[in-house]
Amino acid sequence: MPDAAFVAQLPVSGQLFIALAAVVALLALAGLGVATARRPLGRPLVYGGALVVTLVAGLSALTAIAAPAAGLVLPLGIPWIGAHLRLDALSAVFLAVINLGGAAASLYGLGYGRHDHAPERVLPFFPAFLAGMNMVLLADDAYSFLLSWEFMSLASWALVVAHDKEAGNVRAGLVYILMASFGTLALMLAFGLLAAGSGGGYAFDAMREAPPVGAFAALVLALAMLGAGSKAGLVPLHVWLPLAHPAAPSHVSALMSGVMTKVAVYGFIRIVFDLSGPPDWWWGIPVLAAGGVAAVIGVLQALLQGDTKRVLAYSTIENIGLIFVGLGLALAFSANGFPAAAALALTAALFHVLNHAAMKSLLFFGAGAVLTATGTRQMDELGGLIHRMPTTSVVMLIGCAAISALPPLNGFASEWLVFQAVLLSPELPAWGLKLMVPAVGALMALAAALAAACFVRLYGIAFLGRPRSPKAAEAREVDGFSRAAMIALAAVCVGAGLLPGFVIDALQPAVGGLVGQTMPAQGSVAWLSIIPVAESRSSYNGLLVFAFTALSALLAAFAIHRFASGAVRRAPPWDCGFPNASPLAQYSAASFAQPIRRVFARGLFAAREKVEMPPPGALTPARFSASARDPAWAFLFLPLTAAVDYVAERANTLQYLTIRQYLGLVFSALVLLLLVLALWT
Amino acid sequence: MAQILVQGTQMLLVLALAPLLTGLVRQAKARLQRRRGASVFQPYRDLARLLRKEVVLAENASWLFRVVPYLVFAATWVAAALVPTFATGLIFSWSADLIAITALIGSARFFLALAGMDVGTSFGGLGSSREVMISSLAEPAMIMIVFSLALVAHSTQLSTIASVMLAGVGLRVSLALALVALLMVAVAENGRIPVDNPSTHLELTMVHEAMVLEYSGRHLALIELAAQLKLLLFLSLVACVFVPWGLAPVGAGVPGMALGLVSYGGKLAVGALLVAVFETSIAKMRVFRVPDFLGAALMLGLLGTLLLFVSGIL
Repeated sequence: MPDAAFVAQLPVSGQLFIALAAVVALLALAGLGVATARRPLGRPLVYGGALVVTLVAGLSALTAIAAPAAGLVLPLGIPWIGAHLRLDALSAVFLAVINLGGAAASLYGLGYGRHDHAPERVLPFFPAFLAGMNMVLLADDAYSFLLSWEFMSLASWALVVAHDKEAGNVRAGLVYILMASFGTLALMLAFGLLAAGSGGGYAFDAMREAPPVGAFAALVLALAMLGAGSKAGLVPLHVWLPLAHPAAPSHVSALMSGVMTKVAVYGFIRIVFDLSGPPDWWWGIPVLAAGGVAAVIGVLQALLQGDTKRVLAYSTIENIGLIFVGLGLALAFSANGFPAAAALALTAALFHVLNHAAMKSLLFFGAGAVLTATGTRQMDELGGLIHRMPTTSVVMLIGCAAISALPPLNGFASEWLVFQAVLLSPELPAWGLKLMVPAVGALMALAAALAAACFVRLYGIAFLGRPRSPKAAEAREVDGFSRAAMIALAAVCVGAGLLPGFVIDALQPAVGGLVGQTMPAQGSVAWLSIIPVAESRSSYNGLLVFAFTALSALLAAFAIHRFASGAVRRAPPWDCGFPNASPLAQYSAASFAQPIRRVFARGLFAAREKVEMPPPGALTPARFSASARDPAWAFLFLPLTAAVDYVAERANTLQYLTIRQYLGLVFSALVLLLLVLALWT
Repeated sequence: MAQILVQGTQMLLVLALAPLLTGLVRQAKARLQRRRGASVFQPYRDLARLLRKEVVLAENASWLFRVVPYLVFAATWVAAALVPTFATGLIFSWSADLIAITALIGSARFFLALAGMDVGTSFGGLGSSREVMISSLAEPAMIMIVFSLALVAHSTQLSTIASVMLAGVGLRVSLALALVALLMVAVAENGRIPVDNPSTHLELTMVHEAMVLEYSGRHLALIELAAQLKLLLFLSLVACVFVPWGLAPVGAGVPGMALGLVSYGGKLAVGALLVAVFETSIAKMRVFRVPDFLGAALMLGLLGTLLLFVSGIL
């Protein structure tokens, strides 16, 4: 065992044992799920068990962030190498995010799972999926990492095709499994290159000792972007995501969108920041470009969708883009000798990881609640839910405001940090970065503004206005478990927004381990403000902004109700004198997006509007339809599949040759191989 | 202590002056169109009358519809109170920098757009949908302007930016670009001609007015006051960044403050006059021309930022 020396340096800690026990317990729950799925007791047992296990594991991971790294080698996996496990600050941060997200999903599942018509297709895979994600974060050698990664992909694939009778789900599963295999292949090659540098040592410690250099390092970066990026949803490898995430049951959608994409981010950070050695000056450029493009394309696509869960899935692509912008800035700063700025950018990215996990899970839970209450995901069949679902509508409003980066909620805090990092970047010496960073900053600002538009649309169409269908008019508030899970996540969104300083401080051990410097401590700043660089430069205080706004609103309310008329009369809507039209005459999802569709989506997305006007006197109705395309399909994947089909068609003739032609084929292959061999040596 | 006083005065000052500014603009426009126009104090009377009236609420309006006016007013008021008007060194300036102020205005717009969709009328939806289209370009343009200013002043704190500008940074191309972009954004944000017409009720051209069509009574008063505060905010912002002269520096005595107040009043009057002249001399543009207008602002802002990234002195 050549790596024993490295591992022996790391002690085993209690938190590592708890994390390991959590994986075992989750796998056991998966077994239990198989056994009890058809019994009424199965659901509370599996989700309740998963809730307890993930809650314990998440809280224990929180305490592990500041603790020293712990390691362990188990005699599993490849002989002579074994399964290396490690719990350091970075994996602890992600373990906490994943398990707390998992706990919320389990709590939600306790109520939501009741409506599942095929629980035996969900219950065994849900804990297995959680276990897979935990294993990825604990793995400390390439074999365990890839095995866990693939296990996570397969478990989530099974959940995507759980409802295989619904239209489109099987296709979503196919696209997902193809992209997941491609991603794993890219990661496998990346690890191969990393291991080559260390003479074939597959443990991460060995890779750290001998990082790749030059072109190999560049190749590792590219492969990590392909492998982790395809799982996270970077454009153009995102095509599976808006198909697969909505197809799964809603609590699993929340896990996939809010949590699994974060495992992909972890994989990228682990490979690029930790294993690949010191970055080159230009590494930030492709990461920044990918992030900026994903942010804008993701949110524009979200604006064009009519399905609530698909809107959320595309919005995930936007947020992953923002996270990668933060990571790209961190790489650029760190490579060019600005560790303090790199710490700021990396903190912003990790903060957004946490924020997005909370708000996207919340929003998917809300979409699931709407689905339960009305039986539809189509925005054009919803409306007026604020009257029928009081709790869901409040927490969804918080989620929508948070993801639109409105102060004083958490989305704004992390976005503000990214902007502060952008403002530090004129100091970067490289011209490529000098031109790149402001452009990416503009893309980010555009994405943030479009996100606000997107969530005004989602909330306004689904929850406000008048019901557009009888189903929406008869909606009922969902069960207590679902509401509790949503309230808990909304509290996280508010809490992290009001007191960002504590979150930033908690992330610093992980940041320091990766870029060699930490941000100044925020917890001790007066009034709980956050001051990322220096007080003269910038500061922000979510708590005070909230207090001022609340105080002013209360003051205004008090003054008005004290001195002005408090009379209210209910009357039909005014609407410029055209009231009482059919609810279908309200703005719909497509019509709300029309101005933005016309302004932004004409070119790349080929957004088209078609009006079919029957001739006068004809009895057929007039029709209006709007269409748009995903450029990744149009320019990359459809041509690719067409090429594969073409080649397969040509190769098909090889199956109908005569025996003479086959022998000729074999002979010429033999000659060719011998020739290659002769020329090679 | 003095700083608390300055902050408190500022909060009340912006609230008190906002309707007057709107009255001034209206009066100046009327004179330019050879009308006599209403008194400059007319907006106060309008507000008082709206406050006395009962609220006529649409039958299916939700709680959100009734809460939004207070939220919009509060967010705009807080934002306006954080922009230095007559003195820098506001005590709470550090609680929200210029990015946060921009985002606060964005919050107000987010909620107003939601309120527009609450009653479920087609005009409300039309207004909201156009408003978010306009803001999806105006907001990034504003962020680019913030970037330009922040790169010159090495700070996003508005008080610090104002102090740096007061000390003088010389003529810079990037700042000129930022000024033009800021004026364009200000026109769009406040729904002024040529982007929107605050005094129209012609269906096809409304944006802001369509969103608030269902509001009445005290709710409408709050929304009108918020709109007036927003106009004041943007004029103050332009004044404190690009014409900071007369602004009382930190620790200035009573004479300095008085000078600051007088010069602020003068700047507002000139600003109101310029707005009126501009609005009178230009026609409103079609809705789908607005993106070109704001796209130009975005590009100017980006160009200014790029210049600063490439060379620190331009």
